[in-house]
Amino acid sequence: MKIKSQKDFFSGLLYTLVGAAFAYGATSYNIGTGARMGPGYFPLLLGSILAVIGAIILFKSLVVETPTGDQVGSWAWKPLFFVIAGNLLFGILLGGLPSIKFPAMGLIVAIYGTTLIVSMAGDTFKIKEVLILATILSVMSYLAFILLLKLQFPVWPTFISG
Amino acid sequence: MDLINNLSLGFGVAFTFQNLIYAFIGCLLGTLIGVLPGIGPVATIAMLLPATYALPPIAALIMLAGIYYGAQYGGSTTAILVNLPGESSSVVTVIDGYQMARKGRAGPALAAAGMGSFFAGCVGTLILAAFAAPLTEVAFKFGPAEYFSLMILGLIGAVVLASGSLLKAVGMIVLGLLMGLIGTDVNSGVARYSFDIPELTDGIGFITIAMGVFGYGEIIANLAKTEDKREVFTGKVTGLFPTKEDFRNMIPAILRGTALGSMLGILPGGGALLSAFAAYTIEKKTKLRPGEVPFGQGNIRGVAAPESANNAGSQTSFIPLLTLGIPPNAVMALMVGAMTIHNIQPGPQVMTSNPELFWGLIASMWIGNAMLIILNLPLIGIWIKLLTVPYRWLFPAIILFCAIGVYSTNNNTFDIWMVGAFGVIGYTFIKLGMEPAPLLLGFILGPMMEENLRRALLLSRGDWSVFVTRGLSASLLAAAAVLLIIVLLPSVKSKREEAFVED
Repeated sequence: MKIKSQKDFFSGLLYTLVGAAFAYGATSYNIGTGARMGPGYFPLLLGSILAVIGAIILFKSLVVETPTGDQVGSWAWKPLFFVIAGNLLFGILLGGLPSIKFPAMGLIVAIYGTTLIVSMAGDTFKIKEVLILATILSVMSYLAFILLLKLQFPVWPTFISG
Repeated sequence: MDLINNLSLGFGVAFTFQNLIYAFIGCLLGTLIGVLPGIGPVATIAMLLPATYALPPIAALIMLAGIYYGAQYGGSTTAILVNLPGESSSVVTVIDGYQMARKGRAGPALAAAGMGSFFAGCVGTLILAAFAAPLTEVAFKFGPAEYFSLMILGLIGAVVLASGSLLKAVGMIVLGLLMGLIGTDVNSGVARYSFDIPELTDGIGFITIAMGVFGYGEIIANLAKTEDKREVFTGKVTGLFPTKEDFRNMIPAILRGTALGSMLGILPGGGALLSAFAAYTIEKKTKLRPGEVPFGQGNIRGVAAPESANNAGSQTSFIPLLTLGIPPNAVMALMVGAMTIHNIQPGPQVMTSNPELFWGLIASMWIGNAMLIILNLPLIGIWIKLLTVPYRWLFPAIILFCAIGVYSTNNNTFDIWMVGAFGVIGYTFIKLGMEPAPLLLGFILGPMMEENLRRALLLSRGDWSVFVTRGLSASLLAAAAVLLIIVLLPSVKSKREEAFVED
């Protein structure tokens, strides 16, 4: 059997799996009846609907002819990785990771780290430019978020500020 | 006159120095972010929402309304100058707007968009003020069954009018509804799908979804394109003001666009996109005056009409939100979230329990529109400069501000992990051609729908026929069914698919 629309095939598959998972999860809660809906009633209903919708999309993607095959195309792994990695690094540097006793480094260090990593997602990477950008962003963030909006952020590493 | 009294109360609230400043900052920030290519109003509002946490509720909503208008106007600027629609509703503006810019008439195009938007905004605000009170009366007659049916209608309307593949969009709604159920069930206190993670028992923050899916997802998709695909207009913008001839052409177009947009905006799910498309189609059908540039080659009416329609539509789409508490589109879903953060439950009770806020918001919408025209026409030069800033400097800054904004919501790093996860999910959606806007709408409506379904069925002792035996509820469901049938008609279906190919 040939897939006629790759995009629809995978989105249908996704809906079916996620819907089934929600419906299955709902069975571990009290379902109840229509007049007395338990916490599992609505999710079971919706999960089943989603699974059915997914199945229909899946079926159509195998049967209905499309002119181009609706290819998903190649994944942009580089931007995906660096954007998400930069985001996670921001969290780790800002708040620390208590589970591995990594200390909180505060906002400024986090901004430099994130800008550095996220910039690698682009086509060109010039270290000097990125450092200037990080410095500008640090100053701007400090002025806007700490001084002006008075948000409660750890600004400096805990071993300095105590 | 009630209307005058109410409006003067509103302007009294909005015309304080402090609130004017917030409206101004909102418009400025909104335009600043909205002008960046690939970032639409949803992403802009999501990104800037945390900046309003510290403000009093009225000021925060005024600023958000300013951000919304700013973002929309910024989107049109990008559409005209860069040939890149920042949001789906400026897709049609691109067609003639960019052609005008290439002919060195970017100034008149931007002015037409600005003036059309301003006029449409004024009319939309008046309609909103006039209809809000009577509609609220109707809203008090609504029982849970009516609310449930109304939400069905709203959700169906949203996908029917504003998405590519219908079935996939319905799937996104259901997925959103399910995600909205994650967290503690208000009735039984059971923590659903929380996997014993304490942060998840409060549910997923809608900001993490909005920023992850709209912000990160879009940026990753943008970065996947090579640099030369982003053609940036660098020519000089001279002669801002439209000529007399331009005015003669654009004034009727603005009037038509405004009328159309105001009507379509009230429909659930209608809003900006549909009105822009419809307005452009109508302009194309009217006869060209002698000596007028044909459509598709830089006709000023092709900019003025859709821009007015889209602004009028986005104005009147506040009506269902403010009177019924039901967001008709993703932007309004964000507004619901913002209101809830400030402890305001949107709905008919806002007008009676909180008249300052209600009328203040309406007045500030007008101020926001006025602010835009004061701000944007002189500042167009700056926005153009911003467009020449290389993308490689912009996207790290955007990611960083998203991360900071998400963290500041709860001061919890867990939200940062979540937004990262939703970034991956958002990019997957884009790759698989799944529209994310219905997901956000479903997410906001999920708990509301469950609650109203539960109440309706409790009152009817489990009898599902309650939804069709009550007149109002039945007609709402019938309207939803009619919408679905119309879209599935073969002739409409092919037209509709054609319209969305341009996306």
